[in-house]
Amino acid sequence: MGVSSDYALQMLNITKEFPGVKALDGVSFSVKKGEIHALCGENGAGKSTLMKVLSGVYPYGSYTGKIIVNGAEVQFNNIKESQEARVALIYQELALIPEMSVAENIFLSSDLMRSMFINRNQLLAEAQNWLDQIGLDIDPQIKLGELTVGKQQLIEIIKALTKNAEILILDEPTSALTESDAEVLFEILEKLRSEGVTCIYISHKLDEVLHIADTVTVLRDGQTISTDPIEELSEEKIVAKMVGRELTEFYPYENRDLGEDILNVKNYTFNHYVTQEELVSNISFSLKKGEILGFSGLMGAGRTELFISLFGGYPGKKMGEIILNGKIVDIKNSRDAIKQGLAYVSEDRKRYGLVLDMNIIKNTTLASLDKVKSQRLLDSNLELKRSEELAKKVNLRAHSLEALVNQLSGGNQQKVVLSKWLLTNPKVLILDEPTRGIDVGAKFEIYKLIIELAKQGVGIILISSELPEILGISDRVIVMSNGRVTGELSRADATQEEIMKLATMRSEIL
Amino acid sequence: MNGKSSDELEEKRQVLSFRMNVQSYTLIIALILIGVLFAILTGGEFLSSRNLSNLFTQMTVISILAIGMTFVIVAAHIDLSVGSLAGLTGGIAAILHVWFDWNTGLVVLVAIGVGALLGLFQGWWVAYRAVPAFIVTLGGMLIFRGILIGLSKGQTIAPLDKNFKMISNSYLPYSLGYALVIMGIVLLFFFTWRNRNKRLEMGLHVSSPILDYGKLFVYSLSIVVITYMLSRYHGLPLPLIIVITLAGIFIFISSKTAFGRSIYAIGGNKEAAALSGINIKRNTLTVFVLMGALAGIAGVILTSRLNAATTSAGDMYELDAIAACVIGGTSLAGGRGYIVGSIIGALIMVSIDNGMSMMNIQTFWQYIVKGMILIIAVWIDIASKNKTSVA
Repeated sequence: MGVSSDYALQMLNITKEFPGVKALDGVSFSVKKGEIHALCGENGAGKSTLMKVLSGVYPYGSYTGKIIVNGAEVQFNNIKESQEARVALIYQELALIPEMSVAENIFLSSDLMRSMFINRNQLLAEAQNWLDQIGLDIDPQIKLGELTVGKQQLIEIIKALTKNAEILILDEPTSALTESDAEVLFEILEKLRSEGVTCIYISHKLDEVLHIADTVTVLRDGQTISTDPIEELSEEKIVAKMVGRELTEFYPYENRDLGEDILNVKNYTFNHYVTQEELVSNISFSLKKGEILGFSGLMGAGRTELFISLFGGYPGKKMGEIILNGKIVDIKNSRDAIKQGLAYVSEDRKRYGLVLDMNIIKNTTLASLDKVKSQRLLDSNLELKRSEELAKKVNLRAHSLEALVNQLSGGNQQKVVLSKWLLTNPKVLILDEPTRGIDVGAKFEIYKLIIELAKQGVGIILISSELPEILGISDRVIVMSNGRVTGELSRADATQEEIMKLATMRSEIL
Repeated sequence: MNGKSSDELEEKRQVLSFRMNVQSYTLIIALILIGVLFAILTGGEFLSSRNLSNLFTQMTVISILAIGMTFVIVAAHIDLSVGSLAGLTGGIAAILHVWFDWNTGLVVLVAIGVGALLGLFQGWWVAYRAVPAFIVTLGGMLIFRGILIGLSKGQTIAPLDKNFKMISNSYLPYSLGYALVIMGIVLLFFFTWRNRNKRLEMGLHVSSPILDYGKLFVYSLSIVVITYMLSRYHGLPLPLIIVITLAGIFIFISSKTAFGRSIYAIGGNKEAAALSGINIKRNTLTVFVLMGALAGIAGVILTSRLNAATTSAGDMYELDAIAACVIGGTSLAGGRGYIVGSIIGALIMVSIDNGMSMMNIQTFWQYIVKGMILIIAVWIDIASKNKTSVA
């Protein structure tokens, strides 16, 4: 691979080692000018490390190899230097200030905000100018925090563009976006492409990659596997390259005999405890033993709110009946819910699922401390034994169970959360986006585990925004929109089109 | 899992545990360095039996406060009132004892009870009324100091009777001291042996006996050396025994009870803890009650040592206690902290006071040096954390 000016970026033979681990092993990665180049790979394949090398987070000298931007070799010692070379990394976690206005955020690090007196009118005018150029209908005066996460992400991109970024790096940009915001993002990326901006797009969502990218590079275990134009690829081919094997049966669904009803929810309604806004209204559904019941809907449809509320996670008034195992139960808080045999795996594992500074063992036993006691005291040996059993069951990969969970990859963290809830021995397991942000291999293992649990008679609620996932492993699908149930589909009747129709149904029609 | 990979796993495990040990040993190394430095500067006087005995007596009050403070900080709260509370409970004990002739045992119980009750008061505001602990205990600091001045009518209450003074001024007889130490060492070996057997029974990994027992041997040896040094003076000071007992109880609570585990979880991630069925409010309340009770004990010892209750007793002790915890590796963000670390932190703080006064350095330097050490200790912690998080 020679040095050529057709390329906006060439990273040649990059090797980056951490104590004991070779995160990147001779990776080469070349991006043509003005293309959208997707970077795919499982978690831990080295994508983020590669981008941190590129953007100067890991300074020159801490890796070996060459980086060439626009035909000239560069040696970045920090992020500022890479920004000066017009390389902009947009993080998964936003680096914006919610309490400041949109305009102030856009120009946060520019001279407009640095001068002694800030010229507000000029600031607003410039911001408006950029928003118009991108085609975003947002008032630059409002506080950033009032925007959706998706819109905030777009502001972050505008911020990069104001610094004349020529190479944009987007790391999982849509992981927190609604579909309509994601659409806006894609439109903007296409527009930028036509203006000659080069974009590196990291994503787990292969349908997006196929939709937007021109070229795809796959990394696996710190090495470059392939770089191909999109025309030669399909979802299956990319997955095969990522995992190093063909996944013939991606959704390990099997037909099972279902038991009697284990959970019945009747006319369940509850309001936000401060604003009194009705979050979900008049929800009724039933779940059988061993059944996998999918809950589909757009973001904000009220699925998460419904189940956190059922699990006792919200204060405030609730109406309706919850019947578990034939008995009406009163769940005031999560303690009651756990006692009744409910378990809730949150969509946000770092915020609601894990204590990141604790080790795997302590996280695993956190919801069932009573089960790891002997003579009324915690028994660390028993804790270790239970954690070992569960780690084996969920196929957790960690060098030690005493490792802190913040050292684990997303997939392994999710397995720790699953271990925690499995130890409570749930009758009903609520899984809220259980495979969000985790790699393909770990996803498959989680599906297998879900099916396995269902076979053992656990009733499973699967909330997911990924339609193939819902269709792949659910026995039945309930669709919600605007806090209401808009339809129920059997496995045979459920199709993407049918679900989307129900999910976009407006509440006025009901 | 095949044999080879499990060996590799084991190897990594040991490397990891070694690395963690190095982190916790930095504190001990720092303490030893301070000891050696002062010993050189004072011509050996700093490490004399008499001074060691003084050191351990001086550190008592801060250590007891730091034990409770560790729990408070681990739960991601703070308690600024403990200095005032120790002053108040010590004052109440002295008033009842000197003015009303109550006997010593009873006034000790009353002091602990009042401490626990006022801890309950503060904990209720924090846990059930969601007022930030910083504010509640800042209020408490003023309120308790005010009550103390009111009750004592601004006077110093003295003198105490002999058996009250003895609380902080008596020593165990040599024979009893050595007997206690030997019993402790035998128990340590017994528990280690029993735990190893249990692990074997359950099919869990057991580290090499040389490592386990070797570590114990080193601990035992240092305990014996310290006991010997103290015995050359008057014997084991009673306050030291009180600190060790309290530390033992609270270490036990933190590692062996659901309550202990819960406060680490609450401090680490309150929302995840709540969704795991942990009762946030009740556990938070309990933390403050325990802190109050410990402040009561500290107050009694403080009064006993000063042989009087003054209106300014315990002033600024909250900051020393917080500093001891932080130096000992407790994270102000919550979720992480060790009682042993806090006690070593207290010992470091007291050593600096003590060593510098032995060198006849003016007091103002002690404030400056202690302040700098606090900042540097936290910086070392943050710097070492950053290094590991990159890897």
